[in-house]
Amino acid sequence: MALATSPPEATEAAAPSRYSSDAAGLGRLRAGVFVAPALLLVAAFLVFPALWVLYLALTNYRLTGAAAAEPQFVGLGNLLDAAANPEFWSSTWLTVEFVLGSAVIGQVGLGFTIAWLLRDRRGPLKRLVEGLVILAWILPGAIVSFLWVALLDRDGGTLNALLGIQGFAWLLDHPMLSIIVFNIWRGTAFSMMLYGAALGNVPPSHLESARLAGASGWQQLRDVVFPHIRGHVLTNLLLISLWTFNDFTPFLLTAGGPDGKSEVLAVHVYKVALQSGELGYGAAVSAIILLINLVVAVFYLRLLRSRK
Amino acid sequence: MALRKRSIGVVAVITAAGLGLAACGQSSGGGGGGDAIELTITQNAIAGGKNAAGANFIANWVIPKFEAAQKAKGKNVKVKFVPSGVDDEQYKTKLSLDLKSGKGADVIDIDGIWAGEFAEAGYLKPLADLVGADADSWDGWSQIPEAVQGLATFNGKKYALPVGTDGRVLYFNKTLFQKAGLPADWQPKSWQEVLDAGTKLKSSGVPVPIQINAGTAMGEATSMQGVLPLLAGAGGEVQKDGKWAGASQPLKDALGLYQKIYGGGLGDPKLQQEAKGRDKSFQQFAEGKIGILMEGDYFWRGVVNPATGVAKMADRDQVVGYAMIPAMEPGKGIRGQDFVSMSGGALRTVNPNSKHPKEAFELATFTLSPEGLKEETKDGNVRITPRTDVNKEILAGEPLLTYISEKVLPLTAYRPPVAVYPQVSVALQEATAAVVGGTAPDQAAADYQKKLEGIVGGPGNIAS
Repeated sequence: MALATSPPEATEAAAPSRYSSDAAGLGRLRAGVFVAPALLLVAAFLVFPALWVLYLALTNYRLTGAAAAEPQFVGLGNLLDAAANPEFWSSTWLTVEFVLGSAVIGQVGLGFTIAWLLRDRRGPLKRLVEGLVILAWILPGAIVSFLWVALLDRDGGTLNALLGIQGFAWLLDHPMLSIIVFNIWRGTAFSMMLYGAALGNVPPSHLESARLAGASGWQQLRDVVFPHIRGHVLTNLLLISLWTFNDFTPFLLTAGGPDGKSEVLAVHVYKVALQSGELGYGAAVSAIILLINLVVAVFYLRLLRSRK
Repeated sequence: MALRKRSIGVVAVITAAGLGLAACGQSSGGGGGGDAIELTITQNAIAGGKNAAGANFIANWVIPKFEAAQKAKGKNVKVKFVPSGVDDEQYKTKLSLDLKSGKGADVIDIDGIWAGEFAEAGYLKPLADLVGADADSWDGWSQIPEAVQGLATFNGKKYALPVGTDGRVLYFNKTLFQKAGLPADWQPKSWQEVLDAGTKLKSSGVPVPIQINAGTAMGEATSMQGVLPLLAGAGGEVQKDGKWAGASQPLKDALGLYQKIYGGGLGDPKLQQEAKGRDKSFQQFAEGKIGILMEGDYFWRGVVNPATGVAKMADRDQVVGYAMIPAMEPGKGIRGQDFVSMSGGALRTVNPNSKHPKEAFELATFTLSPEGLKEETKDGNVRITPRTDVNKEILAGEPLLTYISEKVLPLTAYRPPVAVYPQVSVALQEATAAVVGGTAPDQAAADYQKKLEGIVGGPGNIAS
């Protein structure tokens, strides 16, 4: 079965020998001038703020009070405080739950399932399903969270009215479940579209050969489809993991409550830095988040690269 | 290739334009062009929403009248109102960020208890530094009682003008009371009598007999209309003579009452956890689902007000009763009192970043002139203003506010005017959250003391 195709990488592998590395013929200096504006913007809006956060993390800077006027250098104190703070660890764990539950399992699973079921369909049903899924994605966050609060509310919520269970407090008794389901609903569109496009790239002849060879649906998925879309899966996982990790929308549903039971790291930082005014400590937690993001990104990029 | 280069150029132009626009946006916050003086005034008030009456007063009376008065003096002044309708904590965050970045409206309203931390951060300056002798020569000061002036004072200097003061009482629904066989002129003399009334309300079918704010979601409302009046009722103060009260007996008693209410089915623990729990408690009271509710006079003026409230009660004057908050037992309150309350008040001040501090100060005093206050409080929007001369006139026809100013204010207490208080307040709120969530009061008090030590700088600052 593997012999039925030539590996698609074959043509790309020949590329370096066919083109010189300076395809535009600009030379190092002029090429540098061309990318300089972009690099300057990256430095001003990405590198500098990141370094500034690292600096703030070493101070006891506050939003108000005496420490706002004259912050003191506290070294690694904030990081040690974070490491000793059970609220930080519970937030980290909740974030892992949130990312695994809503992004890695939920959005990828549901997005792929929809894309797979609709792959050969044409016509109004496909357009309707895709339209609804994408609608959930493109509506502004403030609006959808208001709609979800109205849906899940304990006293007058639509869901409770439909199920006939007045007074069931979804957002209080199952805060994590609520925000995970919410985020699956909200973010599935991206995965669906990405997998839809990826599945279109799987040569129909391969699937045909597999079917003729007697492969079951699952075997076709595993041995024909998956090898073709592996890169797409990893790219998708990388993007949605990072997006979900840094997502602040749960705040609009539960405000991190009740009593911190849905306080993911993005919400935790907002609460300590802006609501309690501990900017220094908040910056330290932000630095940790930055680090975790880098680790996640490097992990996926490695997997992507190991493909070749 | 040519296409690629062109698109880089387009990106560069768009970026440059974006930066230029951003720069424009920054400069427009300050003074206007020519000889026109532009002033902005901000409050946590918005037409049709939170503190709607205050927002309407600024838009419909202050701005036209002030501009006209300035014009008569030959000055071209334009005033803009920047509304806001959010939780007080969010409003505070927004203000701090505005002030930190050297911006913000020229005249701003703050909660009295933020004065200390804003002053220490350098966000506010003493009025005398900003506007000179005008600050002390304002004729309003002679009409403002000492205690109310104290709200605007930090380290002996006046940082703002007091906008008013308030007091806390127990509100109750007379219709529900009648069904439960309780008197319409109810006045409990101890916590036990409140609990007894709650039990009776419960057996008569009231879903939420007692609502006393708890938890962190309600923010300062938990402290002011919850743990602090209870603490005062048990004879405790959060800070006394520079020492903070740790896991003291009064705190344990106050938390014990929370346990009796929320652990005993007399209150709704979930309501204390919900993100919009306080708004919901207002709604439920207006719908006749809550029997007894501890709140400030804001509740009467801004919540169940039949005209401008956020949870209007058309029959407020007939249905809503009020009573003083009793001490744990008669004579057990602070200073040996039988009844207790807590008071605070808003402040109006001049932004140190203002380009026209003198005009801004004039605008602030204009809103607090006798004519201004009378205009603001007409048509059922009476509140306790800072000025005794105005209060004498306007409170006469208002039973609740007369009640508060005559019976409650003489025995009220104030929060410690120190910068660290808001952090202590959050720790207190967390203690109530723990008790409502099932933690034993003694344990919650011990946890509070531990947090307190971190906030106020070690066990040395805590009363033993």
